[in-house]
Amino acid sequence: MLPPDDALLVAHLHDGFPLVEQPFSAVAQQLGWTESRVITRLQALLSQGVLTRFGPLFQIERAGGQFVLAAIAVPEERFDAVTAQVNALPEVAHNYRREHALNMWFVIAAESPALAQQAIDRIEATIGLPVLAFPKEHEYFVELRLTPLTQGGSHGAQTL
Amino acid sequence: MALKPFDRALIAATQSGLPLVSRPYEAIGAMLGVSGPQVQERLSQMLREGLVRRVGAVPNHYRLGYTANGMSVWDVPDEHVDAAALRIAALPGVSHCYRRPRRLPQWPYNLFAMLHGATRDDVQAQARDIEALLAPHCRQHNILYSTAILKKTGLRLRGD
Repeated sequence: MLPPDDALLVAHLHDGFPLVEQPFSAVAQQLGWTESRVITRLQALLSQGVLTRFGPLFQIERAGGQFVLAAIAVPEERFDAVTAQVNALPEVAHNYRREHALNMWFVIAAESPALAQQAIDRIEATIGLPVLAFPKEHEYFVELRLTPLTQGGSHGAQTL
Repeated sequence: MALKPFDRALIAATQSGLPLVSRPYEAIGAMLGVSGPQVQERLSQMLREGLVRRVGAVPNHYRLGYTANGMSVWDVPDEHVDAAALRIAALPGVSHCYRRPRRLPQWPYNLFAMLHGATRDDVQAQARDIEALLAPHCRQHNILYSTAILKKTGLRLRGD
């Protein structure tokens, strides 16, 4: 759970970060903070791992790229080694361990479908296990942001 | 359809995050040999074109208090999947909803909806809402909970 001020900042910075000369100053004015406080708290949230990134999120499929969800059934005794081998590829954007026989689920992000396939082929060749690929056939529009849960005031996910 | 050289350079310069300085777009422009306003203008265009999905913070769900994160997967007859998915995408708690190919015999599911809650009970309640909405068209379903984030860097262009 985040302190209320951090929760406010995280919720405020989900999207719509201003494309103006001094965007942190614009955010500070909206929150009634100073610019240096916005920057300092944001640095802290990133270094603590509350936020994994701050900036533009690119939808590379709009420029000929592809995101592919993929899964592997990794033997338990090899899990850490395979994690390191899979994560070593820059095309692996996210990777999650999940409770299922297919226990590793990751997303390949590449500049073209051919490069995405190459990355999958390289993983299979490196680890010697089959990779099941689940390319997206259709994405249904979801406008959801996860509001930080705060102590004493959990309001959960909100659809905006 | 492929990335233009300037867009590729702009993505490479910002994909790991904006610099946390008072004038971040000017700082990026200095790296690319253009002005801050030119960076702002191109990012604004990319946002309108959909090549930028949003500009903002990417949270670690767990650190926001969402410790139950489940990939719910559903086997829905092809002729019903699109209509059902549009209604699922509108439910609270659903952050992404995709149609993907089945991989028989290992994987009979063609509809994926990511669910997030403070507890697994919350996620199971969300899944029951989806089940009610799909009935009688859901043949089988499952929820694959994540137990570890193994990587979460997002898109990384190769060779930069």
